[in-house]
Amino acid sequence: MTTTSGSAVVTLPTDTQILITREFDAPRHLVFKAWTTPELIKRWWAGDRGEVTTAEVDLRVGGTWRYVMTANGGFEVAFHGEYREVVPNERVVSSEVFEAFPDAEAVVTYTFTERDGRTTLTILVQHPNQETRDAHINSGMEGGMNEAMDHLEQVALSLR
Amino acid sequence: MILVVARAATTTDAFNAVAEPRRRQILDVLSDGEHPVNDLVALLDLAQPLVSKHLRVLREVGLVEVRDEGRQRMYRVNGRPLKPIHDWVKNYEESWSQRFDRLDVVLEELKETEGRDDND
Repeated sequence: MTTTSGSAVVTLPTDTQILITREFDAPRHLVFKAWTTPELIKRWWAGDRGEVTTAEVDLRVGGTWRYVMTANGGFEVAFHGEYREVVPNERVVSSEVFEAFPDAEAVVTYTFTERDGRTTLTILVQHPNQETRDAHINSGMEGGMNEAMDHLEQVALSLR
Repeated sequence: MILVVARAATTTDAFNAVAEPRRRQILDVLSDGEHPVNDLVALLDLAQPLVSKHLRVLREVGLVEVRDEGRQRMYRVNGRPLKPIHDWVKNYEESWSQRFDRLDVVLEELKETEGRDDND
């Protein structure tokens, strides 16, 4: 049995940002390890939405990463980016591109904070402009339910 | 397609309307009940024409409603236009929660492995 540490909290701090926060019942060096080790990433990154087929991590400033999953609908979803800041067990800043929309690059800051053996992970997604973020958000509100869910899936994944 | 969705004008889109920090402050103040414009001017320390301008935008997207009470106009919040945003965030939160739940399982294993290694 795993310890449930609480659910993700998503807020929209400014008109170009999304902030995701989650606490884990584990010290931060382990959260960092699970977050940055390819064979471990493969086990969680797709959530319930598919299978991770590729997880490449070159964890150094200027190094690149690329994740690919095959979603349950059969289509492939791929992301890549470049590491801009790497402080082991503390902080990672990387660019992030959803390959279906290569012009929209986000910058994501991951912060790992430990307290009493528990780790709070914050993920700050900085979009280049409000239009990109709004387009993501608005698109999920349109069309039929299936279409909306497809969009949401892409949106959720594109913002990782 | 995600990125080709036409951008709605500020005045027709609740999401864009609340992107402006002052307008979010106005909604915060109104969330505890009806207020006349003078209250907002005092509480937010903003010039009255500016408050009126923001209130107009909020009314145009339906986030704020107004009624006359004697010589005063009373403003109140209507949260319905924000529901799609709320729903979207909820959906987004759920997909992250699924992902994090799987991470919890990985972390439990790492903790056990580390504990074993320490005891060896």
